[in-house]
Amino acid sequence: MLRDTLGKAEKAKDKKALYGEDIDLEKFIKEDAGDHEKVTRANEVPKKVQDTLLKVGVDPNEEERSGTFIQMDQSGVCTTCASESVEIMGMNVALDKYDWIKDYMWKAVAVDSDKYTAQTALREAEEGASGYFIRSLPGSKEVFPLQACMFIGDQDVMQTAHNVIIAEENSELHIITGCATGEDVSSALHVGVSEFYLKPGSKITFTMVHNWAEQVDVRPRTGVMVGDESTYISNYILTSPVRSIQTYPTAYCSGKNSRVVFQSILGGQKDSVLDTGSRVLLEGEGSSAEMISRAVSKDQSQLYARGHLAGRTQNVKGHLECHGLVLSDDSMIYAVPELEGSATELEMSHEAAVGKIAEEEVLYLTSRGLTEEEAASMIVRGFLSMDITGLPPELAAETKRMLDMSLQGM
Amino acid sequence: MVVKLLLEITDLAVEVSGKQVLNDIDLYIDEGETHVLLGPNGSGKSTLFMTILGFPKYNVTNGEILFKGEDITHLNTTERVKKGVGVSFQNPPAIRGVRLMDLLKVEGGQDPSDEDLSPEMMELAHKMKLDQRFLDRDVNLGFSGGEVKRSEILQLLAQQPDFIMFDEPDSGVDIENVELLAEEINHLLDKDKKPGMRKKSGLLITHLGYILNFVNADTAHVLMDGRIACSGNPSEILEDIRKEGFKGCVECCGIH
Repeated sequence: MLRDTLGKAEKAKDKKALYGEDIDLEKFIKEDAGDHEKVTRANEVPKKVQDTLLKVGVDPNEEERSGTFIQMDQSGVCTTCASESVEIMGMNVALDKYDWIKDYMWKAVAVDSDKYTAQTALREAEEGASGYFIRSLPGSKEVFPLQACMFIGDQDVMQTAHNVIIAEENSELHIITGCATGEDVSSALHVGVSEFYLKPGSKITFTMVHNWAEQVDVRPRTGVMVGDESTYISNYILTSPVRSIQTYPTAYCSGKNSRVVFQSILGGQKDSVLDTGSRVLLEGEGSSAEMISRAVSKDQSQLYARGHLAGRTQNVKGHLECHGLVLSDDSMIYAVPELEGSATELEMSHEAAVGKIAEEEVLYLTSRGLTEEEAASMIVRGFLSMDITGLPPELAAETKRMLDMSLQGM
Repeated sequence: MVVKLLLEITDLAVEVSGKQVLNDIDLYIDEGETHVLLGPNGSGKSTLFMTILGFPKYNVTNGEILFKGEDITHLNTTERVKKGVGVSFQNPPAIRGVRLMDLLKVEGGQDPSDEDLSPEMMELAHKMKLDQRFLDRDVNLGFSGGEVKRSEILQLLAQQPDFIMFDEPDSGVDIENVELLAEEINHLLDKDKKPGMRKKSGLLITHLGYILNFVNADTAHVLMDGRIACSGNPSEILEDIRKEGFKGCVECCGIH
C-alpha cells in the first residue's frame, strides 16, 4: 500500500463519521484471517450457515449462479467460479495476481473518510487484505449473477472487508450479496468498503440483502465511478432487526450519459437505528439518476432516509423519491431529500411522503374477511414490495422471491 | 318449506360523526330474496350498507341487526364477513403492491404462498374477462369503471357469501358488460335456481334501476332523508319514480 494512503489512514483512525452513532472499535475483537476452514464448494459450509445464506439470497447449491465468494469473519472460506466471462476471488489472492489492482483501491472511497475506512486500510496493511475482487471481462455478458456473502460467525468480532468491483468496457455484471450473522452472534461490527468502477458501455446490477442480529453495528462505505454510457443499479433490502446501520453510498456520474439507480426497501423493527441514504453527483453530460426508497418503522425503530442529488453540469436529470409509513408512536422516520443544482438546463425533483396506513384500505380488506392486523400487514408488505427495475427477467424473479421472503417477517 | 329470515333490521338509527343519518329503519330479507334500495343522492343508502357491514364510523344509536338469527349489531366487519356478509363497492380504494391475485387467494381460502390461482378461480376470472396480466395488477390501481366492477364480482365469486350487497353495480359499465355482470350477480344470488331452492340473498343499491332489467328483485325500498319512505313491487315503484321522481313516488305512498 502506498505510504501516502497509510499516512492518511493513520491520521483519520479516530475520525468520527458525519452520521450515525460513533462506535467504540476497542470493544470488538480483531479476529485473524485464516481462523475458519476453507471449503471448495459453497454447500460444504456448515448446515446452519447454509440456512442463513439462503435467507439473504445466497444459494449454497449455486444454482443459476456464475460464481461464489464467502467471507466468514475475516477469512475468505470459499471461492468458486463457473464462468469464463467473470472473475471472483478474495482480495488477498487478487493482489498477488494483479499488480494493477492497487490503482483501484481508495479511489472511489477516500481512505480518510472516517475511522471505519481508515481502520480498514490500516488492518489491510498489517494483516493482509480481506473482502473480494470481482471483474467482468471486456465485452462479456454473464446472465447468471455472482454471489458474495459476508458472514459473521463469532461473537464480538469486528469484520472488515475491502471489495473492488470492475465492469470492463461493454460488459454486463450482476451481483447478489448477502450479509448475515450466525445465530449465536448477538454483538458484532461489520465494516465493508466497496469500490465500483464501470468502464464505458458497461452495466452493473448490485442487489444486497442484509440480515444482521439485534446487537450488530454496520458501517458500509461505498463509492461508484460510472463511465460513459454506463449504468449502475443498486437494490438494497433490509427488514430484520439490527442495532445500527449507517451508510451513504456515493455515485459519481462523470461519464457521458451515465445512469444510476438506487432502490432501497427498509423495514425498521425493535430498537433498530437505520441511517441510510444515497448520493449521486451528476457531472457527466446527459447523466441521470433515480433514488427510490420505501421505509416502514415499527416498534421503537428510527429510520433516516437521506438522499442527495447534485446536478453539476447541463442537461442532467434526477429524481429522488422517499415514501414512509410510521406504524408505531415510538418509532420515527426522518426523510432528508436534498437537491443541489449548480448548472443551467438541468431537471431535478424530489417527492417525500411520510404517513400512516390508509384507513379505507384497511376497511376494504376487512370487508373481504381479513382481520385488521392481517389487512395492515398485507398493506405494509404491498407498500414495501416495490417493483425493482433494471434487472434481467430471471434475476428480477429471483429478487422478487428474496424480497417476498424478507417481507414475511414484517 | 319454511322460509327463513336471513337479515332482520329493526328500528335502526345510525349516526355518523355526531349527525343522525338513518332513523326508524325496518328491513327484513328472507333467504333467497333480492331487495333493491332506491333513493336520491344523500338519502342514506350507502350509510345503510356500511352500517350492515359494520364499518367503525357508523354508530348505531338505536335498534338491532340480526343475521341468520344472531345479533350482529356490535360485531366488527371481519366477524360479519366471516358469517357470510359480502359487498361489492362502487369506488373501492387502490392498494399499492397488493395484487388482485393475492387478494383472491385469501378470499378463496387458498394458501397465500401458492404460485397460481386454483383452476376453478382461473376459470371464473376468464368468465369475467380478466386475464393473468390483469390479476397481477395492483388491486383497483388504474382500473377502469368496468374493470372495478368485474374485479369486485370476481372477488365475491371467490368468497361465496350468503348475503351480498351491491353498490351501484352497473355505474360506469358499458351495455355489453352490464349483461355479463348481471349474469354473475344472478348466479351469486341463486337466480339460476328455482325460487324455492334459492339460499342466497341480496341487496342492491341502484340510482337509475338499469340493472333491474337484468336482475330480478323481489322487493324495492325507497330511502328518503334517512327513512324508508316506501316499499313494494320493484317495477311499480320504478315506474312511479320515472314518472313522478322520488318525491312523487313517496307522496303516492302517503307516508310523507
